[in-house]
Amino acid sequence: MRSLSEIETAVKRASRAVGFSWGNSEEVGKSIRLLELFGFQGVKNLNQYYAVKQKKKFEDLNLISEKNEPSLEAYCPIILGISFLDQIKSIENFETIRFEKIAYPVIFLSFLSRASEISGKKIYAKFDKNEILLNLNVNICSSFFNQKFPKLVDKVEIKFLTNQDNFTEIEWNSLYKLAENTFVEESDSLKQGAAGAGLTDND
Amino acid sequence: MNVELRDPNTIMKLSRLGSFHQSKLSFLRSFLSEFKDWDYKRDLFNLDQNGYGEAVYSFKKKDRVYSLVCFANEIKDEERSDRVIATKWDAAFTLHDGVPSKDDIKRLKNEVPKQEVGRLSIKELTLSRANKSVRVFNHVVECLSEGKQPDLDLLSKVGYLYRTTAVYGSGKFGLADRFRIKNREEINGPFRLEMMLVYLVRQFTFDQVNHVAHYKNPKKAVKLDKQICKNLGIGNSTGLGMAPFIVNHPTLLNNWILSREIALKKIREIKIVENEDSELFKDCVKKSLKNITSWNTDSEYQQNKIKLLLKDVENFIDYIENNFNFKTEYPFNVIYMWLEQNVCEECIEYIVSIMMEPYNNITEPLVSNMSSDEDKYFNIPTNRTVQELLDIIEARYPNILEINFDQKENNQNFWFISKNKEEPRLADRFEEHGSELEQPLAIARDIKKLYEKLLLEKNNLTIAKFLSLNSELRHVVRRAFIIEKFPYSEIQDNTIGKSIVPIDMLRLKLSFFGALKFDPRSDKWLRICMFQGAPLPNELKNYDEQWVYKTSN
Repeated sequence: MRSLSEIETAVKRASRAVGFSWGNSEEVGKSIRLLELFGFQGVKNLNQYYAVKQKKKFEDLNLISEKNEPSLEAYCPIILGISFLDQIKSIENFETIRFEKIAYPVIFLSFLSRASEISGKKIYAKFDKNEILLNLNVNICSSFFNQKFPKLVDKVEIKFLTNQDNFTEIEWNSLYKLAENTFVEESDSLKQGAAGAGLTDND
Repeated sequence: MNVELRDPNTIMKLSRLGSFHQSKLSFLRSFLSEFKDWDYKRDLFNLDQNGYGEAVYSFKKKDRVYSLVCFANEIKDEERSDRVIATKWDAAFTLHDGVPSKDDIKRLKNEVPKQEVGRLSIKELTLSRANKSVRVFNHVVECLSEGKQPDLDLLSKVGYLYRTTAVYGSGKFGLADRFRIKNREEINGPFRLEMMLVYLVRQFTFDQVNHVAHYKNPKKAVKLDKQICKNLGIGNSTGLGMAPFIVNHPTLLNNWILSREIALKKIREIKIVENEDSELFKDCVKKSLKNITSWNTDSEYQQNKIKLLLKDVENFIDYIENNFNFKTEYPFNVIYMWLEQNVCEECIEYIVSIMMEPYNNITEPLVSNMSSDEDKYFNIPTNRTVQELLDIIEARYPNILEINFDQKENNQNFWFISKNKEEPRLADRFEEHGSELEQPLAIARDIKKLYEKLLLEKNNLTIAKFLSLNSELRHVVRRAFIIEKFPYSEIQDNTIGKSIVPIDMLRLKLSFFGALKFDPRSDKWLRICMFQGAPLPNELKNYDEQWVYKTSN
């Protein structure tokens, strides 16, 4: 079994060898390491992408807007991913970000996961019909488990999810009521002595 | 009194870093301190009469066991080489996580002797190999088998029976990644498992030499005297492989140096020094002279450094004995100021290391701050502006900005990875081919390039926009934001200049390991000795913490 450290180093060097700058190659190394850690086929997809990249010119998207359409070929998932990370502060307020045609989208997915951690928000992504939830770079929930990732997605939709509770106020109150059963009702003497400050805390 | 931390622009110069010495913060000493109450055991010793076979040594505490698995092999004299290009060694080792099963040993027997071309598993933590100092090993076997102890002069000249030629960890060749074990309390310090491996290898070398001598002459043979064993360490040959490590781990480098600087600051701020502390300090300085006078090297460069060091340490002893009173307030601050005025860089750092000896209360809490999770600081704050980045560079790299990289001598060398052994190398860019494949280790040059590019941009431009047009500078943009928070994270020197002495970079790292007796064999590789004078494993429960200064070699 290859260690994640070996994977990161080899990916960084391979990325440099295919023409990315050292700084960008470092980013790819971290991202592929992450995919492998989460159980996605990072090395396999990157290998295939670099093989195709030698014959085909993918498009670089350096400035992300709400709607992004490549003029001819699909977007390079690496430059797109790095741009997404770099521009996170300016794009996190968009309601939905749409991309058309991204090559080897699983590679882009790793950058989205890191973006979720940087922004402190969960990210919802839809790759054609498949839904993915990126949870602050702690895990990735997707319906892709045990499935091959496509080599190309036509439509991608990204939403930064507002941090909000996953439950109703009624559900919370019900749970809190149970928690209160671990508390002691304070008598006057407990109020007087148990906190050490007496009945008033004015100075 | 508040003493300022020393200026990174002075301390992080290569000549200063190349003058560092071991101290209480060094990893081999903090390893001994951490594992002193663990149970040590030799679990297996299955060597033939020539000393070839397998052995297992372990440290155990509660449910945790670390086992060194050793394989000693017969090799021909002509196959023995310290170069990283070697393919056979006298012995090969791995540190196994837990108790190895018979199947594990069988698997490891097939893989460990192959080293870089073998495959380890996540059950293994570190990997190493070592060669005999044939001259010393054979002499010791000969003497012991005849019932005599070996010639101490010869032992003193070499200092070890074996020397390692590489020690690997952290995910190399299939070993466990650091993240899998990083939360274990006992390894909350850098290179602790590498230190454990080397320490147990040292014991294996003593057991092996006794074993071979016994079988050579069972009736007459004696064991190597324990005091002689203690005065032997493990040698190590180290080349350029270590140099990129300190460039590629900026926050780790910062934490090592910062811990040393904080220790010095706190010691200088002690107003009244207790008598027993000043006596311990003076005793260590005086006894350490033996370490300098027994420091053998053929390197003229190092011989000159040693001569100067010896002269300056003798001067210093004269000063504290005749012209200094420890009853004065803030005595270590006065001493430090005197050192700055009167002795060479090597001596300053030598005495700074010894100043820590009386102060466990200062050094011990710092040891746990000497690791780092580089990933935490990897992301670039791209919402910051060009002006902010310019401010950081001007504040943190003032001397680097003065270097003119258009001059040939400042751009003379390049770092590359050799295809043959995947090891870092340094070569003249104007005489050798391959500079187009240069590694990103010319930080000073690239920081200067970044600075010049930034000057052409609008001050309020975001780093995100700057990077979208200048991706070739991304690696140094990242570093500049790291140094903003970690002032000792960067070597403040030119690592590709004509006058670079690469062993300064190795020496820095080795001093933090706790190495002694740096013996440069060229400007690119050196030999050192580790654990010379250290307690033996069965003495760990109660040992003299100042053992470093009490060797008789």
